[in-house]
Amino acid sequence: MADAHENNESNYLTATRGLKSWLFTVDHKRIGLMYLVGVLVFFLAGGLFAITLRTELLTPEGGDFISATTYNKMFTLHGAVMVFLVIIPSVPAALGNFLLPLMLGAKDVAFPRLNLLSFWVYTLGSMFFLFTLAAGQLDTGWTFYTPYSNTTGTAVVSATFGAFILGFSSILTGLNFIVTVHKMRAPGLTWNKLPLMVWALYSTAVIQVLATPVLAITLLLLIVERTLMIGIFDPAMGGDPVLYQHFFWFYSHPAVYIMILPGFGIESELIAVHSRKHIFGYKAIALSSVAIAIISFVVWGHHMFVSGQSELAGIVFSFLTFAVAVPTAIKTFSWVATLYKGSIEFNTPMLYGLMFLFTFTIGGLTGIFLGALSVDVHLHDTYFVVAHFHYVMMGGTIIAFVGGIHHWWPKMFGVMYSEKWGKIAALFIFVGFNMTFFNQFVLGQQGMPRRYWSYVPQFQQQHVLSTIGSYLLLIGFTVIAIYLVHSLRNGKKVGPNPWGAQSLEWTHTASPPIEHNFHGQPRVENDPYNFPEIDRTGATDAH
Amino acid sequence: MILSLFTAPENADAKQAVADAAAPAAEAASAPLPPLETAHSWAMPTQASTFAESTDNLYWFITALDTAFFILIIGAMGYFMWKYRRRSKEQKTSSITHNGMVEFLWSAIPTVLLLVIFVWGECDFVKQSVPPQDALEVRVTGQKWYWTVEYPKYPGVTLNSSTDEPALTLMVPKGKPVRLTMTSNDVIHSFYVPAFRLKRDVIPGRYTQIWFEATKVGEFNLFCTEYCGDLHSQMGGVVKVLEPADFERALKEAGTLEQEEGESMADYGARIYKRRGCVACHSIDGTDGTGPSWKGIWGRTENLASGTVTIEGERGQQYIRESILEPNKEIVSGYAPQMPSYQGQLDDTQISALIEYMKTLK
Repeated sequence: MADAHENNESNYLTATRGLKSWLFTVDHKRIGLMYLVGVLVFFLAGGLFAITLRTELLTPEGGDFISATTYNKMFTLHGAVMVFLVIIPSVPAALGNFLLPLMLGAKDVAFPRLNLLSFWVYTLGSMFFLFTLAAGQLDTGWTFYTPYSNTTGTAVVSATFGAFILGFSSILTGLNFIVTVHKMRAPGLTWNKLPLMVWALYSTAVIQVLATPVLAITLLLLIVERTLMIGIFDPAMGGDPVLYQHFFWFYSHPAVYIMILPGFGIESELIAVHSRKHIFGYKAIALSSVAIAIISFVVWGHHMFVSGQSELAGIVFSFLTFAVAVPTAIKTFSWVATLYKGSIEFNTPMLYGLMFLFTFTIGGLTGIFLGALSVDVHLHDTYFVVAHFHYVMMGGTIIAFVGGIHHWWPKMFGVMYSEKWGKIAALFIFVGFNMTFFNQFVLGQQGMPRRYWSYVPQFQQQHVLSTIGSYLLLIGFTVIAIYLVHSLRNGKKVGPNPWGAQSLEWTHTASPPIEHNFHGQPRVENDPYNFPEIDRTGATDAH
Repeated sequence: MILSLFTAPENADAKQAVADAAAPAAEAASAPLPPLETAHSWAMPTQASTFAESTDNLYWFITALDTAFFILIIGAMGYFMWKYRRRSKEQKTSSITHNGMVEFLWSAIPTVLLLVIFVWGECDFVKQSVPPQDALEVRVTGQKWYWTVEYPKYPGVTLNSSTDEPALTLMVPKGKPVRLTMTSNDVIHSFYVPAFRLKRDVIPGRYTQIWFEATKVGEFNLFCTEYCGDLHSQMGGVVKVLEPADFERALKEAGTLEQEEGESMADYGARIYKRRGCVACHSIDGTDGTGPSWKGIWGRTENLASGTVTIEGERGQQYIRESILEPNKEIVSGYAPQMPSYQGQLDDTQISALIEYMKTLK
């Protein structure tokens, strides 16, 4: 660890200068950062859509803030932007790109140029979304259900084409990551010494490569139907609208795991590093990611229990849905067990790690209601579902993502943010998040349908609470944005390994890393969770 | 307040239009609130069908299990957070990395519990899927943005959530199984009655079927739960459960739409306007709807594809009659051909009554 002289050496941020050196870089770290900027910009946009929706829902009558048409466009864009432009690329493309080669002890990903291409494809896809905004927006919901999406006058073709293009970015990144993990591991870095973040990125990449083409085909068929009037999904032209739902969810359910598995990866790192304990049940966590990746392909029908699919199909999908719950439960238990007899430090990244356990546990447990057939008949397409997937997608992925940003911020930029403001913002986010979404379980249980611009007055109280919660979230995220940007210039400089972590990105390179990641090829002897604080004398403790 | 559920989205005038349209019932309509279905803000909705109790029992069973596991997981987390907080930088940590027995248990126990939940939910779901032979047959049609309900056993009865006051959509007898055969005329909708714990998508081009048996007399909310466009959140209605004798009486009444003694043709027309659903697309206050407003229609000159028509005298009568029976033959320019034919649904007297009614709308 020759870091003393590295401080004077140029790092990946300063190695070359000028806009072109960024736009045409093949450095995975720079590409990761550019993704990060894109993701955060769209997160801001998607978040503002959400705040607008919540404001309209303060009163039962529609129209005291925005019209029904605007409301429908807003919830559609909120969903589409958050799913396709934020959550899917957030951890894998932004943090994953930055971290994967560093964690593997590699100089870059296997195909650096392909990596740049996926970034540009992402940019192109997001341009189509921006074009959609300009050209009459979109009011189909992010799911583009037919035949509504065939008949509405909004810019369905440009939006679906945008999602179609974004899919390629996802596929290319996935391919790149799979090859990188297989071929670029440092000597000594065997599969069972991989940081769990790598296992998670690997499982995600497999799903991305296998599932995304199905979405591409589905969206293409939708475009063909809309433009050439070939009846595929629209019954008016001889098509079948339920077929669309099968196709769509065949991708979009695995996509839920594309979104959450990387969050699991971050969670494993946060919990282990900041409690100075070897992760509990390494193999179980790693293999449960793989199990989830496989089972996730055969549970899509649980989105369609009341859609008119056959009852038998409903029963089979319900069963398989419960099967996917088990590996997820195993992970949660293992993270809690990791805390046992640890040395837990409550810094900002760890607060998000613990927050994730709280919110994701609620998200996971409430999934059980929706997997149970008869209960789902009542809860399907109500606010219960809205609450459930926000607890998973936001309480899971986004919270992990925010935790990950705080954890690797010193690595990315070599500076530390304000710990005090970090904690204050985390408190706002924790309170705001639960206030926004916990009520929505109750609303759903009482029968409040989702995607409603106006509602019956008995639901108002819960809606008001929810809206106030969303304002707290806005405050929390604003504070984070301010102190993170502030830290870039004014933050305290940090050494290569401020957290005392044991994986290669911390132990073998500077903060920020040099352009080519490592001086020479790192060799791995140590386990990534073998912290010096671990008491090796009481060997009887180990089973 | 019930009116606020069924008003047009963007302007208050349209709201008023619907209110005016329901004018004779205005006093009745302004009083009742939408059915309030929960006892307090944490309760489930009223249980009003034979499915409700078992569904709720499973709901509360899962809630209890979830709460127990949540306390276990988050309790352990909280305890560890306190017990093993970092007191000094040198604090030693345990070298435990795994424990086969513990890991087996925390995989096996949830698996068994999940299986119980699966079987319970599955059994109830199967019950909901098989309607009894003697169920009362009801046809439900969804369209943007209202429901129409017909009873093959009671010809001539059509309930319509956008016109029947206040939003009466479905009447069913208590204690008798009812089978709904549903389809949509445009996009996918979903038929949801929280008090019955009942929901099924309503799909264009195919029939979906559900059944239930109501157990409680009263009025219950009906919601559309598949996003269907601008007025999705207004595509609701009221399900009214009646004692079987009251039900027979109500349907008989609903099935007749005849001129009453002493009723003028124009008043009769006004009733038809509401009951037969004209109100859904044609306003009477000048607001533009799916079709042209009826305000000032008599005497107005409209552009058609084949030229113009001035709606008055013999030619006017003829044009209106034709537009009701063959609506898409000659459409007022600027409007889409969306109106269904009323051939066989309105007789000559009724059409004449509608024309008389139009004449009053200056």
